Amino acid sequence: MTLAATACLLATGPTTRTAAETHGFLSPTGVEIAFVLVGLVTFGAALVTVTTRQLVHAALWLVVTLGGLAVEYLLLTAEFIAWVQVLIYVGSVVVLLLFGLMLTRAPIGRSPDADSGNRWAALTVAVAAAAALVWVVVDAFRTTWIDLDGPAAGSTEATGASLFQNWVLPFEALSVLLLAALVGAIVLSRKAKAAAATAAGSTPDTRSTPATGSTPGTGRTPAPGSEKEGTR
Amino acid sequence: MHLAYPAVLSALLFCTGLYGVLARRNAILVLMSVELMLNAVNLNLVAFDVWLSKTAEETLHSGQALTLFTIAIAAAEIGIGLAIVLAVHRNRGTADIDKLRDTAERHDPDGTDHDALTAEQSGEAQKAEATA
Repeated sequence: MTLAATACLLATGPTTRTAAETHGFLSPTGVEIAFVLVGLVTFGAALVTVTTRQLVHAALWLVVTLGGLAVEYLLLTAEFIAWVQVLIYVGSVVVLLLFGLMLTRAPIGRSPDADSGNRWAALTVAVAAAAALVWVVVDAFRTTWIDLDGPAAGSTEATGASLFQNWVLPFEALSVLLLAALVGAIVLSRKAKAAAATAAGSTPDTRSTPATGSTPGTGRTPAPGSEKEGTR
Repeated sequence: MHLAYPAVLSALLFCTGLYGVLARRNAILVLMSVELMLNAVNLNLVAFDVWLSKTAEETLHSGQALTLFTIAIAAAEIGIGLAIVLAVHRNRGTADIDKLRDTAERHDPDGTDHDALTAEQSGEAQKAEATA
Protein backbone atom coordinates (compact mmCIF):
# COMPACT_ATOMS: atom_id res chain seq x y z
CA MET A 1 0.00 0.00 0.00
CA THR A 2 2.75 2.39 0.96
CA LEU A 3 4.75 1.22 -2.02
CA ALA A 4 1.87 1.96 -4.31
CA ALA A 5 1.33 5.34 -2.67
CA THR A 6 4.95 6.36 -2.98
CA ALA A 7 5.08 5.04 -6.53
CA CYS A 8 2.07 7.04 -7.52
CA LEU A 9 3.45 10.10 -5.79
CA LEU A 10 6.72 9.69 -7.63
CA ALA A 11 5.00 9.04 -10.90
CA THR A 12 2.36 11.72 -10.76
CA GLY A 13 3.75 14.34 -8.44
CA PRO A 14 3.91 17.17 -10.99
CA THR A 15 0.59 16.24 -12.59
CA THR A 16 -1.10 16.29 -9.20
CA ARG A 17 0.20 19.73 -8.55
CA THR A 18 -0.94 21.00 -11.91
CA ALA A 19 -4.28 19.31 -11.40
CA ALA A 20 -4.67 21.12 -8.12
CA GLU A 21 -3.83 24.35 -9.83
CA THR A 22 -6.21 23.84 -12.71
CA HIS A 23 -9.02 22.40 -10.59
CA GLY A 24 -9.84 24.93 -7.91
CA PHE A 25 -12.51 24.61 -5.29
CA LEU A 26 -14.24 27.72 -6.65
CA SER A 27 -14.90 26.20 -10.05
CA PRO A 28 -16.40 22.79 -9.28
CA THR A 29 -17.17 20.30 -11.98
CA GLY A 30 -20.61 18.84 -12.52
CA VAL A 31 -19.69 15.60 -10.77
CA GLU A 32 -18.54 17.57 -7.75
CA ILE A 33 -21.77 19.57 -7.59
CA ALA A 34 -23.79 16.36 -7.78
CA PHE A 35 -21.56 14.77 -5.13
CA VAL A 36 -22.02 17.69 -2.75
CA LEU A 37 -25.79 17.79 -3.23
CA VAL A 38 -26.23 14.06 -2.68
CA GLY A 39 -23.78 14.29 0.19
CA LEU A 40 -25.87 16.97 1.88
CA VAL A 41 -28.97 14.77 1.57
CA THR A 42 -27.04 11.79 2.92
CA PHE A 43 -25.62 13.69 5.87
CA GLY A 44 -28.98 15.24 6.71
CA ALA A 45 -30.68 11.84 6.63
CA ALA A 46 -27.94 10.45 8.87
CA LEU A 47 -28.50 13.29 11.34
CA VAL A 48 -32.24 12.61 11.38
CA THR A 49 -31.51 8.90 11.86
CA VAL A 50 -29.57 9.46 15.05
CA THR A 51 -31.78 12.21 16.46
CA THR A 52 -35.39 11.30 15.67
CA ARG A 53 -37.60 10.08 18.49
CA GLN A 54 -39.69 7.78 16.34
CA LEU A 55 -37.88 4.49 16.10
CA VAL A 56 -39.40 3.24 12.86
CA HIS A 57 -38.70 6.58 11.20
CA ALA A 58 -35.04 6.17 12.15
CA ALA A 59 -34.90 2.95 10.13
CA LEU A 60 -36.62 4.62 7.18
CA TRP A 61 -34.21 7.57 7.23
CA LEU A 62 -31.39 5.03 7.34
CA VAL A 63 -32.68 3.82 3.97
CA VAL A 64 -32.23 7.35 2.60
CA THR A 65 -28.70 7.51 3.99
CA LEU A 66 -27.67 4.17 2.52
CA GLY A 67 -29.27 4.95 -0.83
CA GLY A 68 -27.46 8.28 -0.95
CA LEU A 69 -24.21 6.47 -0.28
CA ALA A 70 -24.97 4.13 -3.18
CA VAL A 71 -25.38 7.18 -5.43
CA GLU A 72 -22.03 8.47 -4.15
CA TYR A 73 -20.42 5.18 -5.10
CA LEU A 74 -21.90 5.52 -8.58
CA LEU A 75 -20.47 9.03 -8.85
CA LEU A 76 -17.08 7.63 -7.86
CA THR A 77 -17.44 5.08 -10.74
CA ALA A 78 -17.61 2.14 -8.34
CA GLU A 79 -20.74 0.67 -9.82
CA PHE A 80 -20.44 -2.88 -8.50
CA ILE A 81 -20.06 -1.63 -4.93
CA ALA A 82 -23.09 0.59 -5.48
CA TRP A 83 -25.32 -2.29 -6.51
CA VAL A 84 -24.01 -4.48 -3.72
CA GLN A 85 -24.81 -1.62 -1.33
CA VAL A 86 -28.37 -1.40 -2.63
CA LEU A 87 -28.86 -5.16 -2.50
CA ILE A 88 -27.39 -5.90 0.92
CA TYR A 89 -27.87 -2.73 2.94
CA VAL A 90 -31.10 -1.30 1.60
CA GLY A 91 -32.49 -4.72 0.78
CA SER A 92 -31.65 -6.86 3.75
CA VAL A 93 -30.01 -5.00 6.60
CA VAL A 94 -32.75 -2.39 6.92
CA VAL A 95 -35.43 -5.08 6.69
CA LEU A 96 -33.64 -6.99 9.45
CA LEU A 97 -33.52 -3.83 11.56
CA LEU A 98 -37.23 -3.22 11.01
CA PHE A 99 -37.96 -6.81 12.02
CA GLY A 100 -35.87 -6.25 15.14
CA LEU A 101 -37.79 -3.09 15.98
CA MET A 102 -41.11 -4.85 15.52
CA LEU A 103 -40.09 -7.94 17.49
CA THR A 104 -38.87 -5.92 20.45
CA ARG A 105 -42.22 -4.10 20.39
CA ALA A 106 -40.84 -0.67 19.78
CA PRO A 107 -43.42 2.06 20.23
CA ILE A 108 -44.85 3.31 16.96
CA GLY A 109 -45.30 6.91 18.00
CA ARG A 110 -42.85 9.26 19.64
CA SER A 111 -40.90 7.70 22.46
CA PRO A 112 -39.59 10.31 24.89
CA ASP A 113 -36.74 8.18 26.19
CA ALA A 114 -35.02 7.42 22.89
CA ASP A 115 -31.90 9.31 23.96
CA SER A 116 -30.06 8.49 27.13
CA GLY A 117 -28.94 11.02 29.72
CA ASN A 118 -25.43 11.44 28.38
CA ARG A 119 -26.46 12.93 25.06
CA TRP A 120 -24.68 16.21 25.72
CA ALA A 121 -21.44 14.42 26.46
CA ALA A 122 -21.98 12.39 23.29
CA LEU A 123 -22.65 15.57 21.32
CA THR A 124 -19.44 17.13 22.64
CA VAL A 125 -17.39 14.08 21.75
CA ALA A 126 -18.93 13.81 18.29
CA VAL A 127 -18.48 17.49 17.45
CA ALA A 128 -14.89 17.47 18.67
CA ALA A 129 -14.11 14.34 16.66
CA ALA A 130 -15.80 15.81 13.57
CA ALA A 131 -13.87 19.07 13.84
CA ALA A 132 -10.55 17.30 14.28
CA LEU A 133 -11.18 14.81 11.47
CA VAL A 134 -12.43 17.39 8.98
CA TRP A 135 -9.53 19.72 9.74
CA VAL A 136 -6.93 16.99 9.32
CA VAL A 137 -8.53 15.50 6.21
CA VAL A 138 -8.97 18.84 4.46
CA ASP A 139 -5.43 19.85 5.32
CA ALA A 140 -4.03 16.55 4.05
CA PHE A 141 -5.99 16.06 0.82
CA ARG A 142 -6.69 19.62 -0.26
CA THR A 143 -4.71 19.32 -3.47
CA THR A 144 -5.42 15.69 -4.33
CA TRP A 145 -7.40 15.14 -7.48
CA ILE A 146 -9.29 11.98 -8.43
CA ASP A 147 -9.27 11.39 -12.16
CA LEU A 148 -12.71 10.02 -12.97
CA ASP A 149 -12.26 9.94 -16.74
CA GLY A 150 -11.44 6.86 -18.74
CA PRO A 151 -12.63 3.34 -17.92
CA ALA A 152 -14.46 2.95 -14.64
CA ALA A 153 -12.23 1.93 -11.77
CA GLY A 154 -14.93 -0.12 -10.11
CA SER A 155 -16.74 -1.79 -12.98
CA THR A 156 -17.94 -5.32 -12.43
CA GLU A 157 -15.23 -6.69 -14.70
CA ALA A 158 -12.38 -4.97 -12.88
CA THR A 159 -13.75 -5.77 -9.43
CA GLY A 160 -14.41 -9.40 -10.29
CA ALA A 161 -10.99 -9.88 -11.87
CA SER A 162 -9.13 -8.44 -8.90
CA LEU A 163 -11.39 -10.26 -6.43
CA PHE A 164 -10.86 -13.68 -7.97
CA GLN A 165 -7.20 -13.19 -8.87
CA ASN A 166 -5.80 -11.56 -5.76
CA TRP A 167 -8.40 -12.00 -3.03
CA VAL A 168 -9.59 -15.60 -3.44
CA LEU A 169 -8.47 -16.89 -0.05
CA PRO A 170 -10.11 -14.07 1.99
CA PHE A 171 -13.22 -14.52 -0.16
CA GLU A 172 -13.48 -18.20 0.75
CA ALA A 173 -12.72 -17.45 4.39
CA LEU A 174 -15.56 -14.93 4.28
CA SER A 175 -17.97 -17.60 3.11
CA VAL A 176 -16.99 -19.72 6.12
CA LEU A 177 -17.60 -16.69 8.35
CA LEU A 178 -21.05 -16.17 6.87
CA LEU A 179 -21.85 -19.83 7.51
CA ALA A 180 -20.68 -19.46 11.11
CA ALA A 181 -22.82 -16.34 11.53
CA LEU A 182 -25.84 -18.17 10.10
CA VAL A 183 -25.40 -21.09 12.49
CA GLY A 184 -24.79 -18.74 15.40
CA ALA A 185 -27.92 -16.72 14.72
CA ILE A 186 -30.01 -19.90 14.52
CA VAL A 187 -28.56 -21.20 17.78
CA LEU A 188 -29.18 -17.88 19.54
CA SER A 189 -32.75 -17.80 18.30
CA ARG A 190 -33.51 -21.38 19.30
CA LYS A 191 -32.20 -21.01 22.84
CA ALA A 192 -35.33 -19.74 24.54
CA LYS A 193 -37.57 -22.34 22.91
CA ALA A 194 -35.31 -25.09 24.18
CA ALA A 195 -35.41 -23.48 27.63
CA ALA A 196 -39.19 -23.40 27.59
CA ALA A 197 -39.35 -27.04 26.54
CA THR A 198 -36.91 -28.04 29.27
CA ALA A 199 -38.76 -26.04 31.86
CA ALA A 200 -42.01 -27.67 30.83
CA GLY A 201 -40.37 -31.06 31.22
CA SER A 202 -38.37 -30.94 34.43
CA THR A 203 -37.28 -27.77 36.22
CA PRO A 204 -39.71 -25.07 37.24
CA ASP A 205 -38.26 -21.74 36.14
CA THR A 206 -39.84 -18.47 37.14
CA ARG A 207 -39.11 -16.71 33.86
CA SER A 208 -40.59 -19.30 31.58
CA THR A 209 -43.57 -20.21 33.76
CA PRO A 210 -46.03 -18.11 31.73
CA ALA A 211 -44.74 -19.71 28.54
CA THR A 212 -45.39 -23.18 29.90
CA GLY A 213 -48.69 -22.02 31.29
CA SER A 214 -49.86 -20.95 27.89
CA THR A 215 -49.34 -24.45 26.51
CA PRO A 216 -50.33 -26.65 29.40
CA GLY A 217 -49.59 -30.30 29.37
CA THR A 218 -48.49 -30.63 25.80
CA GLY A 219 -44.80 -30.96 26.53
CA ARG A 220 -43.94 -29.87 23.03
CA THR A 221 -42.16 -26.78 21.93
CA PRO A 222 -44.70 -23.99 22.07
CA ALA A 223 -45.65 -22.16 18.94
CA PRO A 224 -43.99 -18.79 18.40
CA GLY A 225 -47.23 -16.92 18.91
CA SER A 226 -47.98 -18.53 22.23
CA GLU A 227 -44.39 -18.04 23.33
CA LYS A 228 -44.56 -14.38 22.51
CA GLU A 229 -47.73 -14.14 24.51
CA GLY A 230 -46.07 -15.94 27.37
CA THR A 231 -43.02 -13.72 27.68
CA ARG A 232 -44.96 -10.55 27.40
CA MET B 1 -13.12 15.32 -8.29
CA HIS B 2 -11.23 16.52 -5.27
CA LEU B 3 -10.49 13.76 -2.79
CA ALA B 4 -11.47 16.12 0.01
CA TYR B 5 -15.19 15.86 -0.78
CA PRO B 6 -15.65 12.12 -0.11
CA ALA B 7 -13.14 12.25 2.75
CA VAL B 8 -15.02 15.07 4.50
CA LEU B 9 -18.39 13.39 3.93
CA SER B 10 -17.00 10.17 5.32
CA ALA B 11 -15.65 11.93 8.43
CA LEU B 12 -18.99 13.64 9.04
CA LEU B 13 -20.93 10.39 8.65
CA PHE B 14 -18.55 8.63 11.01
CA CYS B 15 -19.02 11.27 13.67
CA THR B 16 -22.80 11.11 13.22
CA GLY B 17 -22.63 7.39 13.87
CA LEU B 18 -20.38 8.02 16.86
CA TYR B 19 -22.97 10.37 18.34
CA GLY B 20 -25.69 7.78 17.76
CA VAL B 21 -23.74 5.02 19.46
CA LEU B 22 -23.03 7.19 22.49
CA ALA B 23 -26.41 8.87 22.85
CA ARG B 24 -29.00 6.28 21.87
CA ARG B 25 -30.72 4.12 24.42
CA ASN B 26 -32.42 1.44 22.34
CA ALA B 27 -30.02 -1.33 21.33
CA ILE B 28 -31.36 -1.51 17.77
CA LEU B 29 -30.76 2.21 17.27
CA VAL B 30 -27.20 1.64 18.46
CA LEU B 31 -26.87 -1.06 15.79
CA MET B 32 -28.12 1.42 13.18
CA SER B 33 -25.46 3.91 14.25
CA VAL B 34 -22.81 1.21 13.96
CA GLU B 35 -24.01 0.67 10.40
CA LEU B 36 -23.53 4.38 9.74
CA MET B 37 -19.94 4.21 10.96
CA LEU B 38 -19.23 1.16 8.81
CA ASN B 39 -20.64 2.92 5.76
CA ALA B 40 -18.43 5.93 6.39
CA VAL B 41 -15.41 3.63 6.35
CA ASN B 42 -16.67 2.04 3.14
CA LEU B 43 -16.92 5.42 1.44
CA ASN B 44 -13.34 6.20 2.44
CA LEU B 45 -12.14 2.86 1.09
CA VAL B 46 -13.90 3.33 -2.25
CA ALA B 47 -12.71 6.92 -2.72
CA PHE B 48 -9.08 6.12 -1.97
CA ASP B 49 -9.21 3.02 -4.15
CA VAL B 50 -10.50 5.02 -7.12
CA TRP B 51 -7.78 7.62 -6.56
CA LEU B 52 -4.97 5.08 -6.25
CA SER B 53 -6.15 2.85 -9.09
CA LYS B 54 -5.98 5.81 -11.46
CA THR B 55 -2.62 7.12 -10.31
CA ALA B 56 -0.73 3.91 -9.61
CA GLU B 57 0.71 1.69 -12.29
CA GLU B 58 -0.48 -1.58 -10.85
CA THR B 59 -3.32 -1.98 -8.44
CA LEU B 60 -4.89 -4.83 -6.54
CA HIS B 61 -8.19 -2.96 -6.08
CA SER B 62 -7.67 -3.61 -2.42
CA GLY B 63 -10.04 -0.83 -1.38
CA GLN B 64 -13.00 -2.24 -3.27
CA ALA B 65 -12.25 -5.80 -2.20
CA LEU B 66 -12.08 -4.66 1.42
CA THR B 67 -15.35 -2.77 0.93
CA LEU B 68 -17.04 -5.95 -0.23
CA PHE B 69 -15.62 -7.83 2.75
CA THR B 70 -16.79 -5.07 5.09
CA ILE B 71 -20.31 -5.21 3.67
CA ALA B 72 -20.45 -8.99 4.12
CA ILE B 73 -19.08 -8.80 7.65
CA ALA B 74 -21.57 -6.04 8.47
CA ALA B 75 -24.41 -8.26 7.26
CA ALA B 76 -23.17 -11.07 9.49
CA GLU B 77 -22.75 -8.64 12.38
CA ILE B 78 -26.27 -7.28 12.07
CA GLY B 79 -27.68 -10.81 12.04
CA ILE B 80 -25.81 -11.88 15.16
CA GLY B 81 -26.45 -8.55 16.87
CA LEU B 82 -30.18 -8.71 16.27
CA ALA B 83 -30.27 -12.31 17.50
CA ILE B 84 -28.51 -11.23 20.70
CA VAL B 85 -30.84 -8.24 21.16
CA LEU B 86 -33.90 -10.43 20.65
CA ALA B 87 -32.57 -12.99 23.13
CA VAL B 88 -31.96 -10.24 25.70
CA HIS B 89 -35.40 -8.81 25.06
CA ARG B 90 -36.94 -12.25 25.51
CA ASN B 91 -35.13 -12.84 28.79
CA ARG B 92 -35.33 -9.38 30.33
CA GLY B 93 -38.34 -7.84 28.62
CA THR B 94 -36.40 -4.77 27.49
CA ALA B 95 -33.92 -3.74 24.82
CA ASP B 96 -32.89 -0.65 26.78
CA ILE B 97 -29.13 -0.73 27.23
CA ASP B 98 -29.32 1.63 30.21
CA LYS B 99 -31.20 -1.01 32.17
CA LEU B 100 -28.85 -3.87 31.44
CA ARG B 101 -26.55 -3.18 34.37
CA ASP B 102 -25.83 -6.63 35.74
CA THR B 103 -22.09 -6.26 35.48
CA ALA B 104 -21.99 -2.67 36.76
CA GLU B 105 -20.25 -1.85 40.02
CA ARG B 106 -22.59 -0.72 42.74
CA HIS B 107 -21.69 2.27 44.86
CA ASP B 108 -24.08 1.74 47.73
CA PRO B 109 -22.97 2.48 51.30
CA ASP B 110 -24.17 -0.91 52.52
CA GLY B 111 -22.87 -2.65 49.48
CA THR B 112 -22.52 -6.16 50.85
CA ASP B 113 -26.19 -6.99 51.02
CA HIS B 114 -26.87 -5.58 47.60
CA ASP B 115 -23.85 -7.33 46.18
CA ALA B 116 -24.97 -10.60 47.64
CA LEU B 117 -28.46 -10.01 46.32
CA THR B 118 -27.29 -9.15 42.84
CA ALA B 119 -24.87 -12.05 42.87
CA GLU B 120 -27.74 -14.33 43.77
CA GLN B 121 -29.85 -12.82 41.01
CA SER B 122 -27.10 -13.08 38.45
CA GLY B 123 -26.43 -16.64 39.57
CA GLU B 124 -30.08 -17.36 39.00
CA ALA B 125 -29.88 -15.76 35.58
CA GLN B 126 -26.80 -17.79 34.77
CA LYS B 127 -28.59 -20.92 35.86
CA ALA B 128 -31.48 -20.01 33.58
CA GLU B 129 -29.05 -19.54 30.74
CA ALA B 130 -27.27 -22.77 31.60
CA THR B 131 -30.47 -24.75 31.48
CA ALA B 132 -31.04 -23.26 28.09
